[in-house]
Amino acid sequence: MTAQAPDIRSVRARRSFLQNVKRTLASAPISAWFGMTVIVIYVIAAVFAPLIAPYGEAEVVGKAYQPSGPEFWLGTDQIGRDLFSRLIYGARNTVGIAFITTMLSFMIGGTLGVLTALKRGWLDQGISRIVDAFLAIPVLIFALMLLAVFGKSIWMLILILALLDSTRVFRLARATALNVVVMDYVEAAKLRGEGMGWIIFKEVLPNILPPMITEFGLRFCFVFLTISALSFLGVGIQPPTADWGSMVAESKTLITFPVRTFPYIPAPFYPAIAIALLTVAINFVVDWFLHKTSGLRDEL
Amino acid sequence: MSSEKKRVKGESLLEISGLKIEGNSDGVWLPIVKGVDVSLKRGEVLGLIGESGAGKSTIGLAAMGFARPGCRITDGTIMFDGIDLRKASEEERRELWGSRIAYVAQSAAAAFNPAHKLIDQTVETAVRHGIMDRAKAEADAVDLYRRLQLPNPETIGNRYPHQVSGGQLQRAMTAMAMSCRPDLIIFDEPTTALDVTTQVEVLAAMRDIVEQFNTAAIYITHDLAVVAQMADRITVLRRGLEVEQAPTREMLKEPKEDYTKTLWAVRSLAKEESISDDIALRIHAVDASYSGVVKVLDNVTVQLPRGRTVAVVGESGSGKSTLARAITGLLPPSKGEIYFNGKPLPKALKDRDKDTLRRIQMIYQSADTSLNPRQTIRDLIGRPIEFYHGIKGAARDRKVAELLDSIELNESYIDRLPTELSGGQKQRISIARALAAQPEIIICDEVTSALDQIVQEEILTLLMKLQKDTNVSYLFITHDIATVRAISDEIVVMHQGKVVQQGPKSQVLNPPHPAYTELLLSSVPEMDPDWLTNLLASRAEAKVKA
Repeated sequence: MTAQAPDIRSVRARRSFLQNVKRTLASAPISAWFGMTVIVIYVIAAVFAPLIAPYGEAEVVGKAYQPSGPEFWLGTDQIGRDLFSRLIYGARNTVGIAFITTMLSFMIGGTLGVLTALKRGWLDQGISRIVDAFLAIPVLIFALMLLAVFGKSIWMLILILALLDSTRVFRLARATALNVVVMDYVEAAKLRGEGMGWIIFKEVLPNILPPMITEFGLRFCFVFLTISALSFLGVGIQPPTADWGSMVAESKTLITFPVRTFPYIPAPFYPAIAIALLTVAINFVVDWFLHKTSGLRDEL
Repeated sequence: MSSEKKRVKGESLLEISGLKIEGNSDGVWLPIVKGVDVSLKRGEVLGLIGESGAGKSTIGLAAMGFARPGCRITDGTIMFDGIDLRKASEEERRELWGSRIAYVAQSAAAAFNPAHKLIDQTVETAVRHGIMDRAKAEADAVDLYRRLQLPNPETIGNRYPHQVSGGQLQRAMTAMAMSCRPDLIIFDEPTTALDVTTQVEVLAAMRDIVEQFNTAAIYITHDLAVVAQMADRITVLRRGLEVEQAPTREMLKEPKEDYTKTLWAVRSLAKEESISDDIALRIHAVDASYSGVVKVLDNVTVQLPRGRTVAVVGESGSGKSTLARAITGLLPPSKGEIYFNGKPLPKALKDRDKDTLRRIQMIYQSADTSLNPRQTIRDLIGRPIEFYHGIKGAARDRKVAELLDSIELNESYIDRLPTELSGGQKQRISIARALAAQPEIIICDEVTSALDQIVQEEILTLLMKLQKDTNVSYLFITHDIATVRAISDEIVVMHQGKVVQQGPKSQVLNPPHPAYTELLLSSVPEMDPDWLTNLLASRAEAKVKA
């Protein structure tokens, strides 16, 4: 009961997509703006890496461990490659691989989650119990083991991490989809004789999208940190490919040496800062999105 | 006890004048209540009626000095027994709420905390406000339960909300509101969610207790017949403005404003019955059950003639929605056969071919849950056209536009989302979606019960017109007898999974009735303000005789 003045809603013309984006952005808090700016910079760095970087990705251009200066902005690494260039190429590799992995894990986990919510019964029981078993084992250790067994290629890394991560996506997708599959419009689609594909992707998925997008941001951070951690341990992205995790590993001995030139930061911290900054930025944006879609509005 | 006795009306209790309330919609403040005056004396019952969106609930809450989140009171004064509620502090108002002003909400199931026993929740306010100690409050609660005619008043308080029926819960909430003997009770659609047979008991109990304690009440509803039983005076509201106000009997006899007259006229919609032997769907001796234990359908036989409307009536739990699920194949019958155009229909949904599915369509009660909120009207109506008839692209859009015309909307709606439509418009879209398949049978499951009366009439008229144009058969499931009168050719009365009676409308609605049909029909409120009194008297008499 108690309607919300329906006649007022119905006469208003729809805003175009662009207007909606503008409106939404105008209401974004500073933290979200900071996050979005950082993410855009990272994306630009990743896409245009060869144009921006002063030197090649694996090119030896100077002596080992040169300090920062006008020639090498952040100095050189242990065999004389330019750190700044590698940092930029690292964005492409680390962020790119993390993105592909997260996409893959959402495709697997999201589809299976909605499917089990629709089907229930033995399929739900079977998949859910397998997922529970996977969730009981720490990701990093499990990934290390699988990588040791199946080899250390980049595609294997992507596949293994995506599979492990999809278990978490599955849980969320299933839980949110359970609230949607009881709706009459899902029943109406079944009565119409629609196939599973239509019901999953056209009827259910659009309605669980807001929490899934939020989760995408958070999962991306975790995947990205896991890849960096694996690379640091030597089983992730292999040299000479530039990667932030392995860059920290390669220069970790320098952490104890004092730096006497500007900006007085030891070399291992540059990739570490790059990792931390992106994680924080994504979290800011996700927080804002979550706040917007969950209805946690400020009191009017 | 009886309404014959003149109520003792005291001095003025509530005085609202020039009340204006605004609501926030996407950052814009829009007026909801545009200057309304309400006055109420002690012991008087005022009925507020109007369509949804008229602002009646908002005014009801404002009488407590409360505005819902997203609403603000912008103008006017609210004087309750000499206290200006708009100027009173939060603390002062909270002191009044529960103890001197109480509120009974529409959904008792949502208003009770499922984790606590009824008695704990009934006495909470009185104990918290320090009006009574716990033992005394409990004794008083039992007394109130007895006065409200709840079964086993001594022990019912020890139950949890899910262990009692909806009607009992609604009475328990009235007991809760009464526990501090407030000066004013606000009833916000307290019987709307109940079956007619239950509604009678709840209405009688509420009316009684208000009279016994000489409590003033504001009774909010959209059901005229109900308000006629309850209120001394009626205020008709529309779009945040008062249309007219008069004592109940006066207003029922001669409403002054045109709008009030249209509210009265709705009930007169009726259709000539017409009988046919051309059976489109025959349900023969069908049993169905969930989880195989309790029979929800028990030997049900129903026939649906082509181009006619068969109304299935019954209370909640009578199995009428399950009948729809059995026909659509969502719940395959455990026994019996369903014949469609003379041929047996495959029992399970997955065994039916696309063309059979196309011929039987369904319209749901709530368009909010039956239309996907993420799909535009183009997708919603266009999908069955594409799916069943293989028409795509521009040709499909033309078809959608034609269908929109036939449901008296137009093609400018094609890119809207369901959330941008009103309740009646949404239900029209559901109808268009069913029509898009070009079906032979449409199952209508309570399609008008969530709508206002005026909108209901529009939808029913539309359905009748479409039946004339396309010769479609309707199986019309409803609990509302007025709707049945309006559109059916034949009536099936169901009770506890069994068919009590099937026959032409004129036969079922006129005596002699089987006992259950009699109970059901006599429980439908009538406009006569003495209806409830007379009904209770005649039922009491019948009981004495038996």
